[in-house]
Order: sequence, then structure tokens, then C-alpha cells
Amino acid sequence: MSIDVYVPRDASALSLGAEGVARAIEEEARAQRSQVRLIRNGSRGLYWLEPMVEVALPHGRWAYGPVKREDVASLFAADFLQGGAHPLSQGPTEEIPYLKSQQRLTSARVGVIEPTSIADYVAHGGYLGLKRALAMTPAEIVQAVLDSGLRGRGGAAFPTGIKWKTVLDQPPAQKYVTCNADEGDSGTFSDRMLMEGDPLALIEGMTIAGIAVGATQGYIYLRVEYPHAYAALNEALNAARQANYLGRDIMGSGRQFELEVRLGAGAYICGEETSMLESLEGKRGEIRVRPPLPAIKGLFGQPTVVNNVVTLASIPIILARGAAYYRDFGTGKSRGTLPLQLAGNVRRGGLVERAFGLSLRELLYDYGGGSASGRPIRAVQVGGPLGAYIPASQFDVAIDYEALTGIGALLGHGGVVVFDDTVDMAHMARYAMEFCAIESCGKCTPCRIGSTRGVEVIDRIIEGVERERNLVLLEDLCETMLQGSLCGLGGMTPFPVQSILKHFREDFHARTRH
Amino acid sequence: MSRQSLSDAQRESVLQVIAKHKSRPGPLIEILHGVQASLGFVPPGAVPVIAEGLNLSRAEVHGVVTFYHFFRDHPVGRHVVRLCQAESCQAMGASALAAHAKRRLGIDFHETSADGAFTLEPVYCLGNCACSPALMIDGDLLGRVTPQDFDDMVTAGQAHP
Repeated sequence: MSIDVYVPRDASALSLGAEGVARAIEEEARAQRSQVRLIRNGSRGLYWLEPMVEVALPHGRWAYGPVKREDVASLFAADFLQGGAHPLSQGPTEEIPYLKSQQRLTSARVGVIEPTSIADYVAHGGYLGLKRALAMTPAEIVQAVLDSGLRGRGGAAFPTGIKWKTVLDQPPAQKYVTCNADEGDSGTFSDRMLMEGDPLALIEGMTIAGIAVGATQGYIYLRVEYPHAYAALNEALNAARQANYLGRDIMGSGRQFELEVRLGAGAYICGEETSMLESLEGKRGEIRVRPPLPAIKGLFGQPTVVNNVVTLASIPIILARGAAYYRDFGTGKSRGTLPLQLAGNVRRGGLVERAFGLSLRELLYDYGGGSASGRPIRAVQVGGPLGAYIPASQFDVAIDYEALTGIGALLGHGGVVVFDDTVDMAHMARYAMEFCAIESCGKCTPCRIGSTRGVEVIDRIIEGVERERNLVLLEDLCETMLQGSLCGLGGMTPFPVQSILKHFREDFHARTRH
Repeated sequence: MSRQSLSDAQRESVLQVIAKHKSRPGPLIEILHGVQASLGFVPPGAVPVIAEGLNLSRAEVHGVVTFYHFFRDHPVGRHVVRLCQAESCQAMGASALAAHAKRRLGIDFHETSADGAFTLEPVYCLGNCACSPALMIDGDLLGRVTPQDFDDMVTAGQAHP
């Protein structure tokens, strides 16, 4: 009997040498005549332990990590195929506290299954949601999504069911379901992990969306920086087609849905939904003025659902377990769970999926274990490059949409980037403006020109040139961009800058004029 | 041969890519990806060929090529190294790593080393934020990159064209 050994194919695990570990395990197994079946799973998201190797023992999976290629011989010597003792042993995977305390709904299968195997997916509850959906009317499916309280996980947190209802209510026509997989926010990788580790969940979610709103064609708009996700998605799409989960007659229901992946080309703005639609049409990713909403006039002018990866991948479990099951996680108007991503200068970075309501402090210290450098954490940017920097005095804030808005911050796509006390916050403010200048689509003036002027003003403040006057000018510029920009790029770039002006103003006074 | 004209082989490649994608909805970006994959870049001379193939104006095609950071209109080195410069990697020393990389290769961002081995590009997030700082060389992702790792990568890249 061969023993199942898991070595992730997740991009981050590969970036730390997982491929070499996998090859070394194969070679060593051959040399020792051990019967090993190597399975390339996604990552569990415990990135300080990657590459994390798991062995399937009769009573469950056992983890070893972080494993280097050079460790493989000693793992065999320690009889790791039977769970033998070794300095890298982490014990039963499910008992690792970081993982055990999580509430994984959307990412339940990520790191567990073989990502593109239909059999493994179905054995772990996959396609139960679609089966249920096929027995429901479109209005009932939309109602279930409404009842679940699911809000868009891409950042805007708009109720998903309302979007779907708007598309459903449009007269019959060619409608589309599009997935925004342009995960460009620094500090975020939950979409990537999902697409690499459980791509069929996204495919199933989009198929359900198509059946719910009457769309027969879907597109996944994937950023070009994610080649591993591109490969996993295409493998999974082929598997789904062959097994009749996509195509002209889904599961023998007579319903039709087809899906393809389109690659972006390195433009942050294409994560804005109207810009993404322009890009999907093969054009410059310039944003569209709304109205009309994409739900009414979207891709190629047709009614279109636009949802993020995590949003769509949360749909199967809502249909499979019921809206109430999902809604019972969370707090206030933030229902369900959110896969948070812990990144930057943090000791234990990774994926933490929990119900809304966890405090930022718990996330940073209980999960993260403090900074990677061992120095005090000074600032945390939540919600990507357009999110506010939060000072240590506010770490007790609860992680939900309303609580973060209450302190002038935002949750966005759930990325949390940690900085220690060596960070120069004036530099980070300058970077916020610089990033906006690089990535602006150019359609509106406050964003296109304002961001460049913002860099210049901050440079003058840092240099000590008419500092007080220029600080006033910067605040005024932030207000102009905030009020006058067409979309969130120009309209939210002021958030990190204003938060630095408010909480870390002393960093603008660090240098005296020379 | 003027800068604007394609070699026969290049023209043939471009025409093949156009033929492959032309009937798909919104095909221009797919075609540009195809051209860049086969030629290494999108030569300015390809723009009128694509425009004619899709019944678009040259300005429309040029506008799309220049809008997206990923497309380039000039040849690059044998290896393209994209160094992440976004916040998470900055929190883990990406600026110092970039300075090291530029010194090591003797070039700035968007330039190619004198031996033609490496082109250095900044990138804003590779989704490897729990393993910062990150870089991507061709299609391979690296995490927790130290200056020593960078130098090892350069040595390996110079040895293997």
C-alpha cells in the first residue's frame, strides 16, 4: 500500500522551494523502495511552515515544516512516512493552533484536497451547492444569497444578492457572470490561494451564479502576475467540462454554462469593476462612469454579475448548507467569515479565516506572533494600498466592515500588512501617491494630476520646504482627490495619506531643512 | 529595415496569433499576449498589422499596448526579473533589495544588463506577501529573497541562457 504524501503546488510554497522538496521525496522514496503517492495540494496558509509536507496516517494528516530539500533524507531516516519524530514535526495538521482555531468555510478545502481532482472535490462536499441550486428556481437561489448576508469580498462589501437580483430582473438577453481575480492589493493572496488550492469552488460558484441570473457565459479576469493560478484554473476547467459540470447540459439538467479565463496585463486599476469590464473587452482599462451599473449594462453592454473570487467561492457552501448556516457566523451587518491575510513584517504570516469580529490585536499577536523582526509593531495597513494605516493605539478594533469604518479605516479585501518601528511613515505616504500616479487610468484629473502633485508636495514636506503651508496643501489635495475622483483609486488614495497625517504626523517633521 | 517594419517571420507569427483569436469576443489583449509570448515583445510594426486584422485604428491598438505595464514595445534580456515594490515587501526590505539588485546588475528599473542576461522591472504585488520580499524571474516566484539569494539567481541565470 502506498502512503499519500502532500507537498503544495501553491505559488508561495513553490517560492520557498516546494518543487525541490517534492522531487527529493520522489527520489528518496525510489531509492528506499518506499511506496509513496505524491499529491500536490494547495497551501494550508501557514506560510512560516512552508514548504509544509504532510503525510496521511491512518488517524489523520501529520505535518512537517518548514522542509528544505536537504531535510528530506533525514525525514526518511526518521520514518516520517509513519509519523516519526523529527525536529520539523508539527504534529497532526488539524491540531496546529493557528489552524485549529479558524473557522474555514470558504477555504475549507484549500490545502486539503488535490486541487483539480473532481473526485476529491466531490468527496469533500463539492458540487453539493450546484446540485441544490439546480433544484431551485433562479429567484430562490438569489433569495438564499440575499439571506446569507454575503457582501462582496473584493473590497466594496456590496450585498451580493442585490447585484444578482438586479441582473436576474433584466429582460432575457445574453447575460454574463464575471469574476474579478485581479487581486492587486499588497498584502492579499486569498484569491490566489483559492484559485490554486480549490479552483473548482470558484467554478462551482460561478456556475451557480450563471444559473441564478440566466447567464450562459462566464469570464474569470485573472491578473498576469498569477501564472500558477492560471494553470490550476485551466486544469480545473477542463476537468469540470469533462465531468459535465460545465457545458451544454450541466449534470444532466439541460442548463448551460461555459467559462473561460482571461489574463490581465499588469494594471492595478483593472481591479475596479468597470475598468475590468473594459479590459475584458480588450480595451484600455479606463473606468466607466456609473450609472449604468454593470448589472444593467456590463460586459459588451449586457447585464453582468461582477464578483470577487472569495465572494463567488463562498456561494457553494451557502447553497449546500443553507443561508442561515453561513449567516450565523459573524456580527452585525458583517455576516459569515472572511479569509484574512497576514503579511509584511510578521512572524507567522498566512491565511486566517474567521467569522467577523476578531480583534486586530488577536490577529497580529495570537496568530501573527508579533513582528518578524522582533521589534514593536508600529503601524498596520489594512485593506491594501488604499487602506488606512492603523496605529498601535487602535489595535483593539474589531475586524468587521462597520467597526473599521468607525475608526476611519476600511477592511477592503482583508489584507493586513504589518510594519515595525523602523518604518518611515512619510515615505509610505509618498508611496501611496506614487502608486496612484503609476496606476491611474488617466480618465479623471484629480487622480491623474493629483497623485503626481501629491508626490511633489510630500517631497517638499519631507525636505522641510515651507512645511506647514505644504501640509495644509496636502490636506486640501487629499480632499480634492477624495471628492472629485471618478473611482476608488483616486478617491481612496487619500485614506492612507490622511491616516498618516493623523496618526504619524511626526514622521513628516523628521528632517530639518538643510 | 525601418523600426516600424516586421521581419517576415515576425509578421507570420503576428498573423498566426491574430487568426487564432480573432473570432473570440474582445480579442485584442489576448492577441497582444500571444504576440508577446511568441516574439518576446510587441514590436511597433505589429500594431498596424493587428489593427488591420481586427478592423481597429492603429491609435486604438497603440493605446492598449501602452496602457498596460506588462506589454513592452522593445526586446528584453534573456531573463526578466520583476521585483515587488509594494507595501508588504517594503515592510521586509524591498527597497534595500532593489538597490542591491540595481548595483549588482549595473542598471536601473526598466533597463537590461550589458550582457543581455537580465531585464529588471518593478512590480506591484505578486501575491507572495506572507513571504516578502518577493520577486519573479520569468515564470518562477521566489520568496523571502535575500541579497545573497539574488546574487545566486544572477549567477545561475548568467550560466544558463
